[in-house]
Amino acid sequence: MIAQLGLYLSYPFVRYALIVGVLIALCSSLLGVTLVLKRFSFIGDGLSHVAFGAMAIASVLRLSNQMALVLPLTVLSAVLLLRTGQNTKIKGDAAIAMISVGALAFGYLIMNVFSTSSNLSGDVCSTLFGSTSILTLRPLDVWVCGILSVVVIAVFVFFYNRIFAVTFDESFAVSAGTAADRYNLLIAVVIAVIIVLAMNLVGSLLISALVIFPAISAMRVYKSFRSVTICSAVLSVLCALLGILISILAGTPVGSTIVAVDVAGFFLCCLAGRIRGGA
Amino acid sequence: MALLMVRDLSLGYDSRAIVTNLNFTVEEGDYLCIVGENGSGKTTLMKTLLHLTSPLSGRIVKGDSLSGGQIGYLPQQTQVQRDFPASVMEIVLSGCQGRLGRRPFYSREDKELARQNLKRMGIADLEKRSYRELSGGQQQRVLLARALCAAGRVLLLDEPVTGLDPGAARSMYELIADLNKEGITIIMISHDVEAVLDYATHILHIGEDNFFGTKEEYMERGAGKKPAKEGGDLA
Ligand SMILES: Nc1ncnc2c1ncn2[C@@H]1O[C@H](COP(=O)(O)OP(=O)(O)O)[C@@H](O)[C@H]1O
Ligand SMILES: [Mg+2]
Repeated sequence: MIAQLGLYLSYPFVRYALIVGVLIALCSSLLGVTLVLKRFSFIGDGLSHVAFGAMAIASVLRLSNQMALVLPLTVLSAVLLLRTGQNTKIKGDAAIAMISVGALAFGYLIMNVFSTSSNLSGDVCSTLFGSTSILTLRPLDVWVCGILSVVVIAVFVFFYNRIFAVTFDESFAVSAGTAADRYNLLIAVVIAVIIVLAMNLVGSLLISALVIFPAISAMRVYKSFRSVTICSAVLSVLCALLGILISILAGTPVGSTIVAVDVAGFFLCCLAGRIRGGA
Repeated sequence: MALLMVRDLSLGYDSRAIVTNLNFTVEEGDYLCIVGENGSGKTTLMKTLLHLTSPLSGRIVKGDSLSGGQIGYLPQQTQVQRDFPASVMEIVLSGCQGRLGRRPFYSREDKELARQNLKRMGIADLEKRSYRELSGGQQQRVLLARALCAAGRVLLLDEPVTGLDPGAARSMYELIADLNKEGITIIMISHDVEAVLDYATHILHIGEDNFFGTKEEYMERGAGKKPAKEGGDLA
């Protein structure tokens, strides 16, 4: 088994894929806490469906770089969803449901009608649940992912204190002179980028898991914003690494393996939280 | 010049008016208490003063000392905050966000200011504790320390004692009164008219008929015009 792993790792491309997987996991965990606490999870979910629709269009158009279409469309939807979500609560929720379900249906429809691929259900499945193997990631994707991840991490670190302020108490932040609207927009755009990135790794249906599980796991154990953020980043990276290695060795689909490891991590954290809390 | 002057102000959401014809003035060093029934628009007034919502009509004139980021705000607590994973220091430090300017991180002076205000609130020992594990009274002190980091001159407090037991409420009131004695102007919303009369210099009553005046005028009016004690339906 170790020998087999060594063989795989001797291919530079497998190593790159591992690095990118880790970077994506790191990014996706960073805004998890904000997403959960700001009740933005629904936006994340809606956006992942939009990303699926955009991906369907991109694959029908046979774009060589699908990201060039998927990224702008998803970011645009993030901005629109945030706008509608802020107006009136109920209308905003309905708008998100409409957009996300509509995008899902529309995406499948055009894939079905226009796709010339011989393996349609395979295509749909890999868009929804991620590539069956990390080895199917192409070099261009790997580079784009790597660069975007670094940008996301840099933005998060630079605006960390403002993101905390806006997440904890938006009214106070505005009263203290912070342009909360601008940071909400920033958060929404970064979430959109993360979703598009994570889509390569785990597919559009499993993205929310990648974003939210590390955060709620970390919240079980740690009690300050900084330690929760660090813990969820570390946890997410470990789970992704483990998931990718398992999927390479056992030949399981990457996305669902990573999420399965995340779920296991969540139960471990619950247990750890219990023990810490009880002691 | 007055610190804050409000003339013919109408408040509401989506052009539906909640409060109309509001007039009052706040001078430096005043302790103004805003009373009124639930849903009468007290929080809305405070948010309007802070430019979090815009008024339907009327004027808010601010004195020179209020022009730039000089207001400390203690919002009504939300459910999200009660189980937010954050340390006391992280929260109090976020009161310094207006001082960040273009810097991404807090400076040593910011941290020093946060510590001073923790000490002022008598909770220096809680610095590293988790906010969600504190008692209601301790949580309110943390938020008050945060407001003090944002502004040293004027505090806007939205129901700072709601949910506290009588003892904790009393010591919170004492703490606020001490700040007022140090020269900080206080504008506070409260349900609890009785307790507030011990400390406030002015009362603003929002409701069917708005009232603004000194505490003494308010008490005379309460004794004369209204037959029953008005405090009853406010509690
Ligand atoms: N964001 C909002 N949009 C529309 N109506 C609101 C909003 N916030 C509060 N209201 C309404 O405004 C009225 C006054 O609310 P509020 O100022 O919170 O009252 P108080 O603080 O005096 O209890 C209530 O009837 C409430 O339903
Ligand atoms: Mg209120």
